[in-house]
Amino acid sequence: MSKASWLRLIVAALVITLGVVVVQAQRTQVRVADDAAEHTHVAPGEHDDFYAFLSGGYSGQISVVGLPSGRTLRTIPVFSQWAENGYGYTEETKPLLMTSQGFLAWDDSHHSQLSQTDGVTDGRWVFINGNNTPRIARIDLSTFETKEIIEIPNTGGNHASPFTTENSEYLVSATRFSIPYPQQDIPIADYEGNFKGMISFIAVEPDTGEMSVDFQLLMPGFDYDVSHCGRGPSHGWCFFSSYNTEEAHTLLEVNASQRDKDFVAAVNWQRANECLADGAGESVAARYAHNMIDESSGIASHEMLEEVTLLTPEACSGVVYFLPTPKSPHGVDVDPSGEYIVPGGKLSATIAVHSFSRMLEAIENGAVSGDAYGVPILEFESVLAGEVERACLGPLHNEFDTKGNVYTSCFLTSEIIKWKLGTWEIVDRIPTFYSIGHLLVPGGDSAQPWDTYVVALNKITKDRYLPTGPELAHSAQLIDISGDRMQMLLDFPTQGEPHYGQALPAELVSENSLRIFPLAENTHPFAAKTEDETRVERDGSDVHVYMTAIRSHFAPDVIEGVKLGDTVYFHVTNLEQDWDIPHGFATYGMEGANALIMPGQTLTVKWTPQDVGVFPFYCTDFCSALHQEMQGYIRVSPADSDLALSWSVGE
Amino acid sequence: MNAPPPFNFAGRMLLVTVATVSFLALLLLLVPALAQDEGEALSKGIGPIESVELGPIDETLVAAGKETFELLCTACHKFEERYVGPPLHRVTERRSPEWIMNMILNPTQMAMEDPIAFDLLAEYMTPMADQSVTEEQARAILEYFRSIDAELPDETP
Ligand SMILES: [Cu+2]
Repeated sequence: MSKASWLRLIVAALVITLGVVVVQAQRTQVRVADDAAEHTHVAPGEHDDFYAFLSGGYSGQISVVGLPSGRTLRTIPVFSQWAENGYGYTEETKPLLMTSQGFLAWDDSHHSQLSQTDGVTDGRWVFINGNNTPRIARIDLSTFETKEIIEIPNTGGNHASPFTTENSEYLVSATRFSIPYPQQDIPIADYEGNFKGMISFIAVEPDTGEMSVDFQLLMPGFDYDVSHCGRGPSHGWCFFSSYNTEEAHTLLEVNASQRDKDFVAAVNWQRANECLADGAGESVAARYAHNMIDESSGIASHEMLEEVTLLTPEACSGVVYFLPTPKSPHGVDVDPSGEYIVPGGKLSATIAVHSFSRMLEAIENGAVSGDAYGVPILEFESVLAGEVERACLGPLHNEFDTKGNVYTSCFLTSEIIKWKLGTWEIVDRIPTFYSIGHLLVPGGDSAQPWDTYVVALNKITKDRYLPTGPELAHSAQLIDISGDRMQMLLDFPTQGEPHYGQALPAELVSENSLRIFPLAENTHPFAAKTEDETRVERDGSDVHVYMTAIRSHFAPDVIEGVKLGDTVYFHVTNLEQDWDIPHGFATYGMEGANALIMPGQTLTVKWTPQDVGVFPFYCTDFCSALHQEMQGYIRVSPADSDLALSWSVGE
Repeated sequence: MNAPPPFNFAGRMLLVTVATVSFLALLLLLVPALAQDEGEALSKGIGPIESVELGPIDETLVAAGKETFELLCTACHKFEERYVGPPLHRVTERRSPEWIMNMILNPTQMAMEDPIAFDLLAEYMTPMADQSVTEEQARAILEYFRSIDAELPDETP
């Protein structure tokens, strides 16, 4: 080897070594608090201080995480079937997943939103949007179960949803992908002017939480991205970021980033209510599903609704204004006081903050710079509160504390910046790993934040955990915000892709947590509430088994007289009335998933036997020392058999 | 060389002790009925119930107890034979009213800390279920058991 080759080799080795050292240093050089372990250690048997509800993104679910430990406490199945407990597989829960497009086993859940009273998180419900086939779901926080799903008609991609008003009078929904309204067979190239956006207001019944589509507002065909509603002085308004005001229909990456400014749509829903009261709305045809679980039977109903009330900006002056905002804004957030509206202009390094009071003045003074399809565009300067200069690259979302600080996630520069409302100065920044999307502070999008932590919900994971092949869990990071400077405390992996998440003090939920379903209140029509009531009944080729489960036997556990061609419904009632004693049910060859039956609950597993023979069924949840003995047999005879139905236990 | 084993004082003492204890235990075994007759209290178990006043059988309470028992207990208990749990005939003679109610109301702690409940778990292997019964309901179930036992013929010795 020549001298030059040796030199090259040595230099190469040095470069590689240095590179590794630099990468390692970058990985650990974050401002990790010295006593980070102490802050996040929740001793065995102790509880976390906060519940966080993280959306699952492409998992379609919600995951419940304890803070500060980062421990996953539960997955709440919402828009996707969940084989673990039979959600979306049992006869009781299948109707929840019905839509205008039939039964759908999946959706993309983005933004969890906790219910509010007087602008403060109240711990009653968490709502979440289905982005793909537009829907909103309501989860009851006494049971952590999805109780209701409503479909949003005339909408393509329900992304700006389900943000709440300060008493959860309304949740909002908006079109991310504008579509022809009404739907029709037209060339895609005819997008401009023919495609429309839709902003919907979903009313929430204050006692039961039941949702209904109150009205829809027909909007120009932009992409409506994220939303937040006003509070305090701005209560009565909701704000929607929009991009693609260029109305491009292809290669949006380039074509929708042409203009220097896009818009925040400010919608005055109280004004809309006045117009509707004056008869300005129009009832139009629509097809959308409304599905809800009956509390006492636990059975979901599914109904298709046929019409919706439509309002147009022309029919209701003053209902909507556009606020120009730096290009392609993503998030739009309202501070705890309700005065500042902060968009995340993701392609701009400057964060331009709107003032609600100046917006009202601008409307009063007619400070209008033009219109888009008849919607007035307010002058940029007239609605501006201030600007954070050279903030960061790719600002996406903002959360707030009680001291007038804003925490902004910056996707491109992978960091959280902390800055002050009013002075617009940046006071701190901390790197996140890597490519942060949303972030959350407990109560951080409400009138009452808890100044404890900010959680970074990162898009890219790379080397943060032990590698698990090409597919990695998303990474979240817990950061202390109680002091002047942000301090990194913890990395923890998450489920699916958490877009947004919300958190609240644990006692707001834990104190109302249900432990069992009272057996005496179970009104399921196929419930057997005692072993005396267990039986098997034939209805044509349907066979209904009224079955009970208790530690550790099923009744009946010997069933004969079923014939090939029959459909068997095992209606299993868990007779236990003790906390955390579920039983599971599965039988040989069943198509769906096991049903995990909570104490006092009845769930139904459908089974279509394929062969003649004797088949076992068993309990899938280890319930006692004699759990392995919790089994039974069902005999399937040929189709022409005349064996009568019989059933027994212990005989 | 075979030396005789040295005198084992400790061993002798142990033998004497064992013999004495065995004798006393035998004596005790012979007089359990006596002990009980003399009012040696049955265990009250562990739980919220410290004392129960028993009066003449209250038929309204019996009816309420029967209803709760049939809803929450019959999947595991029969009166005349062993099922998942022990047969309940003469339970009011075997156990104190407090023990019965504590076993219904507080079965998890009972199984861990009460010697009788622990032995029952060892024998039956399935733990007594906590059926989230109220004190009022447990009292009614006790009355139902008393009414059942009152109907049974006296056990011939
Ligand atoms: Cu079981």
